[in-house]
Amino acid sequence: MRITCPYCNTRDLREFTYLGAASLLQRPDDPAAMQDYIYSRENPAGENAELWQHTTGCRAWLHVVRNTATHEILSVRPAREVVEDTP
Amino acid sequence: MRYSALQILKNGLTGNRDWKPVWRDPAPREAYDVVIIGGGGHGLATAYYLAKTYGVQNIAVLEKGYLGGGNVGRNTTVVRANYLLDGNLEFYSQSLKMWAGLSQELNYNVMFSPRGCLLLAHDDGQFDALARRGNANLATGDDAVLMGPEEVRAFTPYLDFDNARFPIRGGLLQRTAGTARHDGVAWGYARGADLHGVDLVQNCEVTGFKIENGALTGVETTRGFIKTAKAGMAVAGRTSQLAAMAGMTLPIESHVLQAFVTEAVKPVIDTVISFGMGHFYISQSDKGGLVYGGDIDGYNSYAQRGNLPMVEHVAEAGMALMPMLGRARQLRSWGGIMDMSMDGAPIIDRTPVEGLFLNGGWCYGGFKATPASGAAFAHLLATGEPAGYAAKFRLDRFATGALLDDEGTGARPNRH
Ligand SMILES: Cc1cc2nc3c(=O)[nH]c(=O)nc-3n(C[C@H](O)[C@H](O)[C@H](O)COP(=O)(O)OP(=O)(O)OC[C@H]3O[C@@H](n4cnc5c(N)ncnc54)[C@H](O)[C@@H]3O)c2cc1C
Ligand SMILES: [Zn+2]
Repeated sequence: MRITCPYCNTRDLREFTYLGAASLLQRPDDPAAMQDYIYSRENPAGENAELWQHTTGCRAWLHVVRNTATHEILSVRPAREVVEDTP
Repeated sequence: MRYSALQILKNGLTGNRDWKPVWRDPAPREAYDVVIIGGGGHGLATAYYLAKTYGVQNIAVLEKGYLGGGNVGRNTTVVRANYLLDGNLEFYSQSLKMWAGLSQELNYNVMFSPRGCLLLAHDDGQFDALARRGNANLATGDDAVLMGPEEVRAFTPYLDFDNARFPIRGGLLQRTAGTARHDGVAWGYARGADLHGVDLVQNCEVTGFKIENGALTGVETTRGFIKTAKAGMAVAGRTSQLAAMAGMTLPIESHVLQAFVTEAVKPVIDTVISFGMGHFYISQSDKGGLVYGGDIDGYNSYAQRGNLPMVEHVAEAGMALMPMLGRARQLRSWGGIMDMSMDGAPIIDRTPVEGLFLNGGWCYGGFKATPASGAAFAHLLATGEPAGYAAKFRLDRFATGALLDDEGTGARPNRH
């Protein structure tokens, strides 16, 4: 698996660290919603939106859409951009 | 047919022509009292104890592929009970006790071999943590021996004791731990369940649930609709997807775990050894292959194959611990899909759907758990109450905060 970092181009998997589902970008204000935010996961077999950090590269957080059944990378965007685009 | 030395002799002398298939291959019936989904170790064990211990009749195990084709036949077979927290402690303790008598119980040789399991420490902090863990194990009534570096050297002299980066500070040995024949466990439980009248239905994938007024009334399968008011899910890596068919979102991520085996060599490692720096553990199979593995790759996956960085990492960790490994030729590697829960501990519980029960989130520990998991799940399905030694494996612990985070690493499956 290789990930194309928007800043550093296509790099080896070793350089990246996986955090989890991209739903972590949407931290709720309502304490009652916290349990789902922290623990519940869609865990799809197919397209999954997730957060990776280019740890040994530019250290940017990336929003990656990846197929969990094939490991194919479908899109990579800076996580910040995704947050800014989310209403 | 019950196996005995006489049977082997008789069949051996008559050209082995009279052995019968070990279990039937029935088509699914229209309705069952209890349906178990998933013909892995846990599903088969559950069906066995439901029929045997609780006298439930009319049970089916529905398996989408063939029996034992999932993780139960892909794991590295380590069986141990050296966990840390209440909840995990009593459960794995119960399981280890069941392992000791499993071949007799099933009249089937599961080749359980209590050859010991040694966890290593490489600094003072780790050594203190092992002492604490060992005390927890002793307090549970399990076996634990804390060893200094010289005792470890006497026990496993072939480790790299002079490693400048990861010196061996000591270890925690559990003598009653060991390994078993994974396929044998699946086959033994399958045969036992079949002998007690359980229908083991293969090539039968559950594709949906029929739920009326919040209660289960049946399951949709690739071999037609099956009526049942009670079903237990035991599908390991596929747990999230199956539960989603019942409208549930679970605290589980599916990850790939790889394992490796070398060509067969003469007996050299007579125990199970776990490196304390980087996740690496190794044992030797009865065929002679060195069997080892490490961490999950670390990202969600249903691909049943991993990537090269983890192959490299595991090889590096192995070489740091045991340089002689470099002389062995690695034969195969493979992957399995693990149901990683968000706190690293399993779930055996009812669900919000009346009649639908959940067994999942087994992470790295699901093979050693097989006997107790089957017995506990059967208890829950039969009586509606959790078995005492599995009472903390609740689904609502993620809401109540009564988490079982043995590694203390938080809601990060790739840190467990
Ligand atoms: C490489 C590797 C090494 C491991 N090493 C160890 C170890 O050393 N010690 C240890 O304790 N644990 C270990 N484990 C973990 C252990 O193997 C698993 O936790 C355990 O086997 C899971 O339970 P199971 O046996 O019931 O799963 P499985 O054997 O995977 O059974 C689940 C079954 O459900 C079926 N299924 C899925 N979806 C459906 C559906 N919709 N309908 C019908 N059937 C379905 C699958 O086909 C499968 O056969 C390891 C796992 C892996 C992958
Ligand atoms: Zn980068």
